[in-house]
Amino acid sequence: MSLNPDPDTADRLLAAQAAADVKGRSLWKDARQRFMRNRAAVAGLVALVLICIFAFFGGFLAQYEPDYVDFSLIGANASQGVPSFETGHYFGTDSSGRDLYARTVQGTRISLLVGIVGAGVAVIVGTLYGAIAGYTGGRTDGAMMRSVDILMSVPYMFVLILMLVIFGRSILMLFIGIGLISWLDMSRIARGQTLTIKGKEFVEAAVATGVRPMTIILRHIVPNLLGLVIVYATLLVPQMIITESFISFLGLGIQEPNTSLGALISNGASNMQYGVIWQLAFPLFFFVITLFAFFFVGDGLRDALDPKDR
Amino acid sequence: MLNYVLRRIAIAIPTILLLVVISFVLMYAAPGGPFNSERPLPAQVMANIEARYGLDQPYWKQMANYVWNVVVHFDFGPSFQYRDRTVNDVIAQGFPVTLTYGFWSFIFALVVGVALGAAAAIKHNSWLDYLAVGISIGAQVLPNFVMAPILVLVFTLWLGWLPGGGWQGGQIEYLILPVIALSTSYMASIARITRSSMLEVLNAGFIRTARAKGLPTSRIIWKHALKPTMLPVLSYLGPAFVGMITGSVIIDVFFSTGGIGQFFVNSAFNRDYSVIMGITILVGVLTVTFNLVVDLLYAWIDPKIRY
Repeated sequence: MSLNPDPDTADRLLAAQAAADVKGRSLWKDARQRFMRNRAAVAGLVALVLICIFAFFGGFLAQYEPDYVDFSLIGANASQGVPSFETGHYFGTDSSGRDLYARTVQGTRISLLVGIVGAGVAVIVGTLYGAIAGYTGGRTDGAMMRSVDILMSVPYMFVLILMLVIFGRSILMLFIGIGLISWLDMSRIARGQTLTIKGKEFVEAAVATGVRPMTIILRHIVPNLLGLVIVYATLLVPQMIITESFISFLGLGIQEPNTSLGALISNGASNMQYGVIWQLAFPLFFFVITLFAFFFVGDGLRDALDPKDR
Repeated sequence: MLNYVLRRIAIAIPTILLLVVISFVLMYAAPGGPFNSERPLPAQVMANIEARYGLDQPYWKQMANYVWNVVVHFDFGPSFQYRDRTVNDVIAQGFPVTLTYGFWSFIFALVVGVALGAAAAIKHNSWLDYLAVGISIGAQVLPNFVMAPILVLVFTLWLGWLPGGGWQGGQIEYLILPVIALSTSYMASIARITRSSMLEVLNAGFIRTARAKGLPTSRIIWKHALKPTMLPVLSYLGPAFVGMITGSVIIDVFFSTGGIGQFFVNSAFNRDYSVIMGITILVGVLTVTFNLVVDLLYAWIDPKIRY
């Protein structure tokens, strides 16, 4: 018996290992397969990609700048601002004679950004807050989660508008305001999951080898929350878009010359009795499709990643 | 149980106080006073106005006064914009309107939602079930500010059946569109929650026992299945209430119903701080109270919870 196996055996071992590698399925691969089998989710994903392309590159197709005002069209919108390829106003014009296509591209982009930033804050702040509360436990946990309870029972939209009034209406303030409330739900979810992870052996092992609590949270707990966090972040984006559109619908959110889907819907709604239905229809279409896409992708991800629902 | 009630109230009170203090601090932190305008007033006039509204007193005293007046006298102080009106007047004028259509919206969402969800679960996988699921998925993307223009477009501009705004003392035809616009998405959520909860309950052991001993289906549903089904619905009612009271702002603005939401938005544009704060606090108190009631109901209905 020699220490060096003959080349044949080594080759066969390597081949067997390679075969085993191919057969082995990671959690993420498994999830991806489940996701791909869900037709609604895949359709949502495709729609989402198309909307992102529209929002970030659609501007190149526009024949007009979003803030270019065609004074000759004001008052003659119903007859001359009609959507048409000949004039270059693909979606028609809005009540101030601006190109609605360029405006819709801009509005979709801002709505998406608000949604993604809001969800991003929720992911970072909410996950850390929940993980720390859940891992620390005891009185700290009680105090941290009680304050979340209190914050959640405050009618935040009113406080958000109060803040917008006091500190001025700007995109930054809107981001801050939405960020402030978006993490509350996430922290609860993260805490609940942390409580179950906390009892697992690998955390015990880390504690036993003397890893500092903050490192345990960041290296061992947060990565295990990731699946859940991604699911809820995807479902949070549409909520944030709705919140932002709500405020912009009232005219208190995004200010001119910027716009968002909520502001465009509001404009369209206040002009719809003048026979310019496209001013409502196009923003509404993109709003509804965006929300649908996020909800379907989120549901698909939940089915794919959340072990409870399997 | 009494212990739980007391503890629950003990949380509710600091929440409201916190809201009052936060709104006051926010207002105080605002750059520029409510009477700063493009044409600066003479110093003496300014001083007189500030004395009239108590703005010349030290910060802590203003806050203490405000909190004291709100908590003890339910007095939110004078409006900064309308000299002849107090915040209480504004609320007294607008709140009954909001309450009227808010109440009907809530009832509509709850009754239709539960009925639809329960029917879908009982007739699982029938056309009714698919309809309920379809409605609840579709209504997710139809928040009140999307429903309102669509409803007005169809029922006012195209069909001409219902007025697209106004209040007229709350006559029924002025009530229908606001109620539907406000409640649809919550109705859909309640239907979805009821359906999944009912499906779970109908598969439970005690329902099988009830069937096995030969009870008629209607009796099983009403006597045994409905109460446990309502538990998740009940815990959704808190968020639904917050959503509806927030949505009432959209309804008031879009339908010009004259509720507190309209005053709220007008004040937001005019920087009429005392009105905004007053309405925010009022809404906060309502929310906290409602959540309290829901929690107590929950504790009362759910036999598994013992405090």
